[in-house]
Amino acid sequence: MKKFLAIVMVLCLMAPAFALADDMPVVKIGVFEPASGDSGAGGKQEMLGMQYANKVAPTVVIGDTEYAVELVYADNQSATDKAPSAASELVNQKVSVVLGSYGSGVSMAGSPIFADAGIPAIGVTCTNPQVTLGNTHYFRICFLDPFQGTVLANYAFKEMGAQVAYCLAELGNDYDVGLAYYFQQAFEALGGMVISETFPTGTSDFTSYINNATGYGAGVFFAPCSLAYSTLIVDQAAGLNVNFALMGGDTWDSNMVLEAAAGTNLKILVSTFYQEGGNAEFDNGFKAWLNEDAEAMTNNGGNDIIAAVSVMGYDAYFTALEALKAAGSTDSKAVNEALWNVTLDGVSGAIAFDAETGDAIRDTAYIKTVNTENGAWDFVAVQGVN
Amino acid sequence: MKTKKKFNPAMLWAALVIVLVYVAVFITEQLLPASSMLFTVLKKGATYALVAVSMNLLNGFTGLFSLGQAGFMLIGAYTYAIFTIPVADRMNVYQYYNGGLVQFAMPVVPALIMAGLAAALFAFLIGLPVLRLKSDYLAIATLGFAEIIRAIFQWNKLGALTNGSNILREFPTFNDFNIRNAEGEVTLYLSTLVPFLIAGVCIALIVMLINSTFGRSLRAIKDDEIAAEAMGINLFHHKQMSFCISSFFAGIGGAMLAMYQSTIQAKAFTSAMTYEILLIVVIGGIGSVTGSCISSFLFVACSEWWLRFLDQKQMIGNFEVPLLRNGFRLVVFSIIIMIVVLFFRQGIMGTKELPDLFKRKKKSQQEVKA
Amino acid sequence: MFNTVFPYLLTGISVGGQYALIAIGYTMVYGILRLINFAHGDVFMVAGIVMVYLNASGLPLWLSVLLTLLITVVIGFAIERVAYKPLRTAPRMSIMISAIGVSYTLQNLVLYITGGLNQFYPKVSFISDSVTIFGASTKMVTLVTPILTVILVVALVQLINHTKIGMAMRAVSKDFETSQLMGIKINSVISTTFIIGSFLAAVGSMLYFTNYNTVIQTSGAMPGLKAFVAAVFGGIGSIPGAVVGAFIIGICENIIKGLDIILFKAGITKQNLGLATFSDAFTFALLIVILIVKPTGLFGEKTTDKV
Repeated sequence: MKKFLAIVMVLCLMAPAFALADDMPVVKIGVFEPASGDSGAGGKQEMLGMQYANKVAPTVVIGDTEYAVELVYADNQSATDKAPSAASELVNQKVSVVLGSYGSGVSMAGSPIFADAGIPAIGVTCTNPQVTLGNTHYFRICFLDPFQGTVLANYAFKEMGAQVAYCLAELGNDYDVGLAYYFQQAFEALGGMVISETFPTGTSDFTSYINNATGYGAGVFFAPCSLAYSTLIVDQAAGLNVNFALMGGDTWDSNMVLEAAAGTNLKILVSTFYQEGGNAEFDNGFKAWLNEDAEAMTNNGGNDIIAAVSVMGYDAYFTALEALKAAGSTDSKAVNEALWNVTLDGVSGAIAFDAETGDAIRDTAYIKTVNTENGAWDFVAVQGVN
Repeated sequence: MKTKKKFNPAMLWAALVIVLVYVAVFITEQLLPASSMLFTVLKKGATYALVAVSMNLLNGFTGLFSLGQAGFMLIGAYTYAIFTIPVADRMNVYQYYNGGLVQFAMPVVPALIMAGLAAALFAFLIGLPVLRLKSDYLAIATLGFAEIIRAIFQWNKLGALTNGSNILREFPTFNDFNIRNAEGEVTLYLSTLVPFLIAGVCIALIVMLINSTFGRSLRAIKDDEIAAEAMGINLFHHKQMSFCISSFFAGIGGAMLAMYQSTIQAKAFTSAMTYEILLIVVIGGIGSVTGSCISSFLFVACSEWWLRFLDQKQMIGNFEVPLLRNGFRLVVFSIIIMIVVLFFRQGIMGTKELPDLFKRKKKSQQEVKA
Repeated sequence: MFNTVFPYLLTGISVGGQYALIAIGYTMVYGILRLINFAHGDVFMVAGIVMVYLNASGLPLWLSVLLTLLITVVIGFAIERVAYKPLRTAPRMSIMISAIGVSYTLQNLVLYITGGLNQFYPKVSFISDSVTIFGASTKMVTLVTPILTVILVVALVQLINHTKIGMAMRAVSKDFETSQLMGIKINSVISTTFIIGSFLAAVGSMLYFTNYNTVIQTSGAMPGLKAFVAAVFGGIGSIPGAVVGAFIIGICENIIKGLDIILFKAGITKQNLGLATFSDAFTFALLIVILIVKPTGLFGEKTTDKV
């Protein structure tokens, strides 16, 4: 045991020696994303955007020096209790700025660690308002749940004519619970009725919940949950021949949902950040890269359909580069100061931060539906709050 | 049985070692940068040490195989968080519950004690029916209770108190013990020493308890229940006390875990957490407080720090070391644990304690001289 | 009223059948070794993962199914030989801890192999189809599961009651030491028990994952725990008890999930109480009640403590 420990410790000390031995100075950007767990698949797609961006722009000029950008990964395992140690790992690696995460709960759990270390973080697709509220180090480039929930409620009530909505959220998942809450607020304000239920983590049998929705006569089944559960819900709803539409938030925008829904007669609607075809240059470049890199292809679920979260990851990376340029230094505190005034004309739209909360000012969401015949996304509408 | 306490040099040495550890913690904290992984390990290690010792009190010293530790930690963590979140932040934390029911904040130390008491109270209630069960039935019943506790804390209707299943945050953490000057810069680092102090005081109390008459009764129960009963020990009463005391400290441990993580959520307190603590106790040696402490730090250091490199691709020259990728650390780690469980059943310390180490050394020295 | 409750009953019976197949493994091992085999739920999960990888390698379905059964049986056998046999004379707590260790190892191993992501279970054409009975739609597997479970259990009971190895098993579970003295090869009896248990877990995993189509390293934990509760509920050591217990738990759990709407439709409650949160907790509450009221379970034999 002693010998073993000794070897381990020696290896630990050697580990940094394996790192880049380039002449160019290195600036480290932390990637705080889930690579395993319920949100692992989504987190990997978000990371793909960052990796592609890193390939497009591998260096950045800060002040007068050109720096190589190194992405440092820490897997938060989609779990709020694992997130703090993943965050400490990034702090320990002395990153200048952090990108992430996919999922609001883990972002909130990692947030205090970054705050203590004075490292700014750019939320990519964490939509819960509490992520940025009351702090000065967490920023975000996506829209928020109150907005997204309202958009979806409006669409369900006005366009689809649903009177009763059934909401299903995972217990203890801040993303789910938050989005369902804001959806409920908006839907009830419109005059509809909402039944809201929760399921425990690790559930795989959703038939009873789907039966509940049928029993209540729901016109729409809103389940803003992790990708792992959404595919299960799609599959089981298809088996039960439901006559309501399924609705999901941005997590549902994934080719895995397409796969599960292909060949069924389900109606599935999702709100998201980006619609493929919005930026041809990005689309083509990204697809070419996926087709070249086998590992990237696997992480994208085996085909080259672009997930909106990849686009957001891409934009987050460039937002970070802009902040580094504006700061003129790799010091995390300077980057934090600079981030407030950063603007970027990103692939997913223009990004500028609200001076109070640090949220990107966004007022549009895309609504897509699954074409169950050819297993692709069909564009439905660009939706604002009104 | 010794009736008079003699001056015991081994005890002195042990005390000296403990003092040295505390001094070393204090000094390294001032010298090394706060972002070092060492402090993460020390903080979490101190937390786990307390929980492991509290579990050892039950499993190792009373012979009650309980798997409810995570449930009691959950109660402790929640009690601590609910009572210490500053009033100004409650509106944000209890975002769906209008700021929540509790509208005051307690200082840290009373909240810690409250956390322990709440866990002990639950333990008392659970113990009434459950402690009459025998070995594995007790294990499974306590495991079940931990799951029930988790479901209750996640119930929406209690949201005004527990924030439903949502995250609790903004309560004072270990880092808030650092002393800062007017500009907000840290002048004296205490964030690692404080968990050591809390855990140290609690463990000292447990050790005193183990060495008291009460503790000897517990050991008698462990060795032979029927004989112990024949000696006039009230089985149920003693088991109940031991269960409550263990849960009290598990509750405080849970509160410390909350302070370490800075956010908590009922979702995380699963049976997997209990198993982890049980494995720490086993590795340290069932029935050794010192062993539990040492193995907590080793366990945390291995899982959070030393074995991390196994999760990343490593190059030696142009050779890429095979097998290394995400998750390999855990595989290596579980194999080490299996080896300990199967071949080193005594664990690191067996039933020995810190002073015993010095005694044995002395004896062997004498043998060499002779 | 019937129309409201029926879909939950249907799901409950299906889930119950799957729990039953896992619960038999628990109850047999406990009957013989007095060991709660915490790793059994993970063997169930590993069977799912093996199937995923075999199918992905391009083998025909029937071959994948056979190989999955075989590999799972080998894994179950190996676990007993490696992790439990060396501890046969050790205190019971040690062997239980070893079981927890095995569970931890299996989960981590699968986490490493799969990268911690959900694996999609292959679709089996016939049993994945939809059917409608009494106005409730469901998958074919829902109907197949209880039937298959009953067939397997009847076969198993025949095996135990009418074969030599079955007789040896009964003898060992009655009295470990004496049966050893009577010349029963204790190790082969124990191995057989693990083989049967793993085989049924593999069958259960096929039905379960066909229904729920994704496998991840933690997939086995909850079904495993619930199946164990079912075994205790029915009287640990008793095979019919485990099956009955599993069906009761499966049905109760699904009724709880739908309880809000059932109460609502019956006019008892006016609003949603969020009772579905307690679907898992209820199982454990049931366990604790039965342990206190009738510690030997529904069909368990009464044991007396010897001094």
